[in-house]
Amino acid sequence: MAELIDAATFKALQETAGADFVGELVGAFLEEAPGMLKDLSAAYAAGEADKFKRAAHSLKSNGLTFGAMSLAAMAKDLELTGLEGVKARGGDPVAAIETEVAQASDALKGLVRA
Amino acid sequence: MREVRAQPARLLVADDNRVNRLLLSRSLELQGHTVAMAENGRVALEMLQKGGFDLVLLDMEMPEMTGFEVLEQLAADPKLRDLPVIVTSSLEGIDHIVRCIELGAEDYLPKPVNPVLLKARLNASLEKKRLRDQQKEMVRRFATTAVAADLDASGFALGGKRVHATVMFSDIRGFTSLAESQPPEETIELLNTYYTLMFDAISGQGGVVNQMVGDGLMAIFGAPLPLADSATAAVNAAREMIEMVQLLGVERLAEGKKEIRIGIGIATGDMIAGYTGTQDRATYTCVGDTVNLAARLESHTKVAGETILIDAATRAALGEKVPLTSLGPVEIRGKAEPMPIFAVGAG
Repeated sequence: MAELIDAATFKALQETAGADFVGELVGAFLEEAPGMLKDLSAAYAAGEADKFKRAAHSLKSNGLTFGAMSLAAMAKDLELTGLEGVKARGGDPVAAIETEVAQASDALKGLVRA
Repeated sequence: MREVRAQPARLLVADDNRVNRLLLSRSLELQGHTVAMAENGRVALEMLQKGGFDLVLLDMEMPEMTGFEVLEQLAADPKLRDLPVIVTSSLEGIDHIVRCIELGAEDYLPKPVNPVLLKARLNASLEKKRLRDQQKEMVRRFATTAVAADLDASGFALGGKRVHATVMFSDIRGFTSLAESQPPEETIELLNTYYTLMFDAISGQGGVVNQMVGDGLMAIFGAPLPLADSATAAVNAAREMIEMVQLLGVERLAEGKKEIRIGIGIATGDMIAGYTGTQDRATYTCVGDTVNLAARLESHTKVAGETILIDAATRAALGEKVPLTSLGPVEIRGKAEPMPIFAVGAG
């Protein structure tokens, strides 16, 4: 299994922004992520395509920042496919990305503590 | 090579995503800048309208007001139109980037923003802004208020448009021999006094001095800003100019210097007005037959022994407001047919 957080990206982030600051930044993500997931899930249920796209976009953007590549890829797929396309594919995309966010969050917590 | 390091600037980061906002602000603060943050487009616009920012880093996907809407609002606001905007976005697709640039964004940085690229683009944008501010200051100093305001409102574009206006040419009689008979410092001082007086008379009537060459000047009435009666305004200005020069002459005689005389030619009609030159150095001017005629009338003042000469169109617009003498149809250099011209009494 590929690593959840790309080590090179995370290291570069720490080097340019400072390790302490990255700790705060991860904290901000951990606080914000449930809200983004909630937005995504609510937009999915209500059929609001724009909000769905924006929530996916945010998750993608943060995933890229921390090097959470598979989270970013999954979010990008939702953003590009759009609500209609995602619904047509079936399955439970919201639950899938929730799992992905949870795993990435745990990995980030571990990296910050390290 | 000297490292290009921009002066600390006041920046606004607009992004609805807290992680992005914090990270971008951190990068900018590490470069020595002062950073304020806005969580959506509406808040960003409100902060920008209060003023004091040198540049804004703008996300596109934001609730309440998107980055695109912010760009549109900025472009429509004369005070904020020149504020540099660097778009930071991870929107997919090149058409988004194109749209940002078309809406006036200075640059585009994909997210996550690379700190090295950010620094380079930011410094380039700030440097461009510094040069633009400098240029604006030059325009304010050397152009008239009307031209500066026109530039501000319409933006700078070479090329002209057809306008109906009145053109004036004026110069000092016997200036060359005058200049030769006195020290250069005195000539410069005389020119400065003379131009100050002439500018006052012309701008007081709503005219714009657009050229000064040696002792000569060209002024436009009715462009870039329209005047209800450009002909009367120009003639009133001319009569004031004559009066000023007479007063200056009295002063000069008292100082034991030679008095000066001027000649003025005025013509009214259609012409092409606009900015001419290059992108780096340009001037607001008018061209066309009317302009040539005004210049010819000015040089004909020497032949006719008059101080102010006007063409038939100016005369027609003027009515009976000022004392006039018809000089009849006169052969004017460069004109095939003799033209009716009129001398204006000093009043």
